[in-house]
Amino acid sequence: MTFPGSLDDRDAARAVTAAGAEPVVLWHGDRGLKGVDAVILPGGFSYGDYLRCGAIARFAPVMSDLVPAARAGLPVLGICNGFQILCEAHLLPGALTRNAGLRFINRDLPLRVENARTAWTRAYAGGERIVVPLKSGEGAYAADPGTLADLEASGAVVLRYAADNPNGSAAAIAGVCNADGNVVGLMPHPEHAVDPLTGPSADGLGFFTSVLTGVAA
Amino acid sequence: MTGPDLVAADTVERAAATAGQPQPYAELGLKQDEYEKILAILGRRPTAAELALYSVMWSEHCSYKSSKVHLRQFAEKAPPSGALLAGIGHNAGVVDIGQGYAVTFKIESHNHPSYVEPHQGAATGVGGIVRDILAMGARPIAVMDALRFGPAAAPDTARVLPGVVSGISFYGNCLGLPNIGGELDFDACYAGNPLVNALCVGVMQHGDLQVAEAHGPGNKVILFGSATGPDGVGGASVLASATFGDASAESAAKRPSVQVGDPFTEKLLIECCLELFAGGLVTGIQDLGAAGVACATTELAAAGTGGMAVRLDEVPLRDATLGPPEILMSESQERMMAVVEPGRVAEFLAVCAKWDVRAAVVGEVTGTGRLVMTWHGEPVVDIPAATAADGPVYTRPLARPAAQDELAASDPAALPRPAGGAGLRADLLALLASPGLADKSWVTDQYDRYVRGDTVLATPEDAGLIRVDEATGLGIALATDGNGRYCRLDPYLGTQLALGEAYRNVAATGARPLAVTNCLNFGSPEDPAVMWQFAEAVRGLADGCAVLGVPVTGGNVSFYNQTGTTPIHPTPVIGVLGVHDDVRRRPGIGFPAGAGPAALVLLGRTEPEFGGSAWAYVCHGHLGGRPPMPDLEAERRLAGLLAAAAAAGLLAAAHDLSEGGLAVALAESCLRGGVGCTVQLSGQLSGQLSGSLAGDPFTALFSESAGRCVVALQPGADEAFASLCAEYEVPAQNIGATGGGSLTVTDCFSVPLDELGAGHVRTLPELFG
Repeated sequence: MTFPGSLDDRDAARAVTAAGAEPVVLWHGDRGLKGVDAVILPGGFSYGDYLRCGAIARFAPVMSDLVPAARAGLPVLGICNGFQILCEAHLLPGALTRNAGLRFINRDLPLRVENARTAWTRAYAGGERIVVPLKSGEGAYAADPGTLADLEASGAVVLRYAADNPNGSAAAIAGVCNADGNVVGLMPHPEHAVDPLTGPSADGLGFFTSVLTGVAA
Repeated sequence: MTGPDLVAADTVERAAATAGQPQPYAELGLKQDEYEKILAILGRRPTAAELALYSVMWSEHCSYKSSKVHLRQFAEKAPPSGALLAGIGHNAGVVDIGQGYAVTFKIESHNHPSYVEPHQGAATGVGGIVRDILAMGARPIAVMDALRFGPAAAPDTARVLPGVVSGISFYGNCLGLPNIGGELDFDACYAGNPLVNALCVGVMQHGDLQVAEAHGPGNKVILFGSATGPDGVGGASVLASATFGDASAESAAKRPSVQVGDPFTEKLLIECCLELFAGGLVTGIQDLGAAGVACATTELAAAGTGGMAVRLDEVPLRDATLGPPEILMSESQERMMAVVEPGRVAEFLAVCAKWDVRAAVVGEVTGTGRLVMTWHGEPVVDIPAATAADGPVYTRPLARPAAQDELAASDPAALPRPAGGAGLRADLLALLASPGLADKSWVTDQYDRYVRGDTVLATPEDAGLIRVDEATGLGIALATDGNGRYCRLDPYLGTQLALGEAYRNVAATGARPLAVTNCLNFGSPEDPAVMWQFAEAVRGLADGCAVLGVPVTGGNVSFYNQTGTTPIHPTPVIGVLGVHDDVRRRPGIGFPAGAGPAALVLLGRTEPEFGGSAWAYVCHGHLGGRPPMPDLEAERRLAGLLAAAAAAGLLAAAHDLSEGGLAVALAESCLRGGVGCTVQLSGQLSGQLSGSLAGDPFTALFSESAGRCVVALQPGADEAFASLCAEYEVPAQNIGATGGGSLTVTDCFSVPLDELGAGHVRTLPELFG
């Protein structure tokens, strides 16, 4: 799904192809989801990140179709700015705030897969360590203590930074899911880790193959 | 029509009637003889708008009036090249890289704005060079930046550097362009005048090339992108072509002259332009950079039929109080000007609307040969366009400064050398931790290097490498280099050394160097000593390119880089572009880990050359003597060898030797790969060192002789590689092998990787937080 200011859309499409599926372009101003089996909200700076990251994108026409579909079980993955949009749209709990240190961070980071039962992570083993790039300026996950406790108790923490906590995220959380596990948001960029030629590893491919096993089943 | 605008407008009619009226030409940066030349051209005094237009067009920044006579050499001495599709004079040069693809690249300075307002100055530097590339018809695919600051520990560097880096990060990241490399160095000469040179590269199909020419009377002139505001008014003449005084108060007073960037609008502008090009809706296009509407209209008109009629009151404004002079001079960002056939205007505007890009028809191409601009119907500009576009040409006096001999006589051979293994070890660690050679992650972690998904190599690799075609693996490699210390000692040789290093960096990835761009950063052209440095540098570059067989395709001159009367070191930054036939076969600089020991081979000749070296500078604060002697013929053979060896799959790693010599190169390759190495220098190097130096580990480790590279071979590649070295006549010595957890120089010293990296990694975070 492309918003004005989306940047990693072609990378997400390439990752979908690498996983063996067919990418379909969705445009922010259109209505309808063209019958797709899953949706990826890519990274970037939708609407220039003006007002607040993802705050304007959540009002895009296409979101009126996406939100009910996601609530009805459509697999949706939000990467970076896509994660921010999912939080703004209240499909995921919490919010993303400025990095501790207030600088943009682009770094290859080890992550731990905490929940390997979601639509987007079932190709991994629980506790598996993967290396995926992080690249964001507003990636510090924040939520109130009650929400954090609920997330931990329900297994909704999908990914955690496994070594340093680079951006000051609460409980080193790098990604979360909704109660049904069909909507996942994460700050790191698995679409940039599908080929060792252009990324640090191919560890990110599992996100895109995970959702295919769900769709095929 | 209400008031102040009409009252304020100084019309052509009024100018003709008020001949003797005093005008503020000096405040606008024009010299008296230049003003008199304008009077002669027009046969009357210029209107306020005409004066504004001439002042920015004839500024050093826009007119190249002091450099033109020298820059001609790039064309006159250019080696024959089948790869050049468009050369100097266009917004950027265009190079054929095969398979139907063409690449365009250019580097440009934004030094003065970045000193005044580091964040916006650097951000708009990126924005400007990206629009240059876009105006050629190409999709921008990557950026790089070459940066120079004052002493790393100086208080003002703590203001300027983080601001510049955040500006580049903010603009480039938001635009979705990977930042794949560049340089960062520090020297006291840049304390009051940092260098911020931004490079952009774009790719297109051969047929996509656009021209900056306004042809066809009746065709419409459309201004699109951001609305025009008061930002950057007079930036080109007031900032880029004047010297900063010593007082920082003066820099505060100039802040309104720096433009403010909006990368989101630029991202939309890129996608909008590419759709306009694809639809064949544009007959000519020019980006608006320095001197804004004044520059775009005069250059489009002068390069085309020659005539244009512009209604300045149709220009969309952000500030309704702007009058004709401000509109002409405004450097508001994210704007483009296109020439469109009348029948295609509706389609053009529809594409702009799709991308939420504002567009306005502001004029027409005419056959009159004159650039005429009106303000609510009244002519306020009426000039022959070429007179503004061409500008004056000066042959400035130049003189080799007497102090040059004194400098050359201060031979670094007299400096005390480190005693024994412990001394060599300490000097290596000092070099690695020095700000200029320290790990640059503090900077590069703020840049997105992954976006677009085609980045194969980025900093700290020798060159950036971008995949252009996924199916074939075709790609491009890019590197920039410049060494102010070498150029201070000898601008001719120093420039050739920078060219040689950028060329070698590109070759180290296995790419074939094809073309050269440059950003020539110098002091005041009105200082004969600076003009001598400039002339020598240009001559060195033109001669060097002829030897290497790579043409200069374009570039940028930045004069007036000085504080008071003290100029910066002459700092030509040279960018080299290469084509890579298959990016999958690229060696990185990191030694291969976990693959068993790889044989290490040192390529090239080592002489005792320490003039301008990192060792002399870091360990002794010394700058003197002669820089290393470049051998560009040898450089060319080395590049041929590296391309052949990479294509044959013989190389596991390759790293060029430059500042800090072999010692620093080995350390960088160890740290990048996470694996150590053991090298033997005594005896083994005797084939390369002149006789008396055999067994001199100091020279072997720290000399900065040019044209050298260290490679790690793939298992079993030794014989094939040795025969390639013989074929390309490149001196090669086996110096050891990779492996272990230390950098060990046999019979000399050993440093565990942890210790090797500790100071290297810590330096910049400790300085900048």
